Amino acid sequence: MDHIDALVKQFQDKDIKAFETLYKMYSNSIHGVVYNIVKDTAISDELMQDVFIKAWNSAESYNSSKGRFFTWILNIARNAAIDKTRSKAFRQSKQNLDASFFVDIIAGNSNLDNQTDAIGIKKFVNQLGEKCKVLIEYLYFKGYTQKEVAETLDIPIGTVKTRNRSCIQKLRDIVL
Amino acid sequence: MDIKAYIESGILELYVAGQLSEKENQEVYQLMQQHPEIRKEVLEIESAIVKLTGAVSSNAVKFDALKDKITDTKVIDLKPKKNNWISYSGWAASIILAAGLLWTLNNKSQLEEDIKTVATEKQYLETQIEDARNNLAKTKDLLEAIRAKDIVTVPLDGQGNFDSSYAKVYWNKSDNAIYLDALGLPDAPEGKVWQVWSLTLNPLTPTSLGTIDDFNTDDNKIFAIANTNESQAFGITLEPEGGSETPTMEQLHTLGIVNATP
Repeated sequence: MDHIDALVKQFQDKDIKAFETLYKMYSNSIHGVVYNIVKDTAISDELMQDVFIKAWNSAESYNSSKGRFFTWILNIARNAAIDKTRSKAFRQSKQNLDASFFVDIIAGNSNLDNQTDAIGIKKFVNQLGEKCKVLIEYLYFKGYTQKEVAETLDIPIGTVKTRNRSCIQKLRDIVL
Repeated sequence: MDIKAYIESGILELYVAGQLSEKENQEVYQLMQQHPEIRKEVLEIESAIVKLTGAVSSNAVKFDALKDKITDTKVIDLKPKKNNWISYSGWAASIILAAGLLWTLNNKSQLEEDIKTVATEKQYLETQIEDARNNLAKTKDLLEAIRAKDIVTVPLDGQGNFDSSYAKVYWNKSDNAIYLDALGLPDAPEGKVWQVWSLTLNPLTPTSLGTIDDFNTDDNKIFAIANTNESQAFGITLEPEGGSETPTMEQLHTLGIVNATP
């Protein structure tokens, strides 16, 4: 059992310290994923908190054999954000969601300039090929299935898997 | 199993993305427990994705803001239970207390009422004893008066239409007093009063001994009346209220002549 597994176990036992640690580890990611979908900081702040409160309140429903904790909470976040974009109020206030990808947001994110990984990530984004951008956008930010991605990009399912692997390899080389 | 090939397949990247079936997820999880290389690979992929997605954020809200919400929720969750218990027992206690107070109050006023009743009864009994004593004293006096050696007894018989009436006069000449026992007379009707007369027979001269104003309220119907006359007879008439100068002979109810020798 590694460090994260132990934290998750404590979190499931309603240990608020463990929850805080997990929050610090993942809140920016969840915020980023939500923001990439709703494109509104205030709504993202609210949704991100809702996601963590939901996670806290339904902590017992998570089971490590069904997937990573990060994946579990990522899934809650994507569903919450997509639900939000489908709400009537949201659709009325945001007539046209701009079609920018995570890469565009990262490129224009001035907050990153003070962060250690920032330069690397910006560099990664700039170097990233068009196919990698779309794959990562769909698989991690939007939660498309392998089949959906294959159909959208018009490539074989097996190719999604291998090409995504090489995209993530490049990311790992830069950020880790 | 070729672990390297498994890693190279790209399945672990999809595992972190959450795009595998439940069965595949279980499989990866088990392989992670068995093969540290697979575990390490998953953790690295996850770490890279966490960093990438985090770079999109303009900075997440601090945990403290969330903590307040969670603790708030907690407090709200706990409060009703706590409140319920305390307020239920609180209410129960106040109801019991209120009922107890009412009962005590009721009891107290009941007792006070009882004391009042007893006090009244006591007073009433005291009055009765007093009355009885007075009565006894009076009766003794009366008895002594009647038993006196030189008493003259004069029976007064019913006259004319009133022959069912009777009275008796006990005359103590030495005391200049008569005791009239008027038990045989009816109550005086309204506006009328009994008047007692002393008579001398030759010539017939009536002298008023006064009216008996308290006749109807008197219990023993024995009246002490002063008499300084040399009476030869006694009569009782019914007269208008206030009495008359001379007796109304039609209303002469009783009459009795004094025997010369007792």
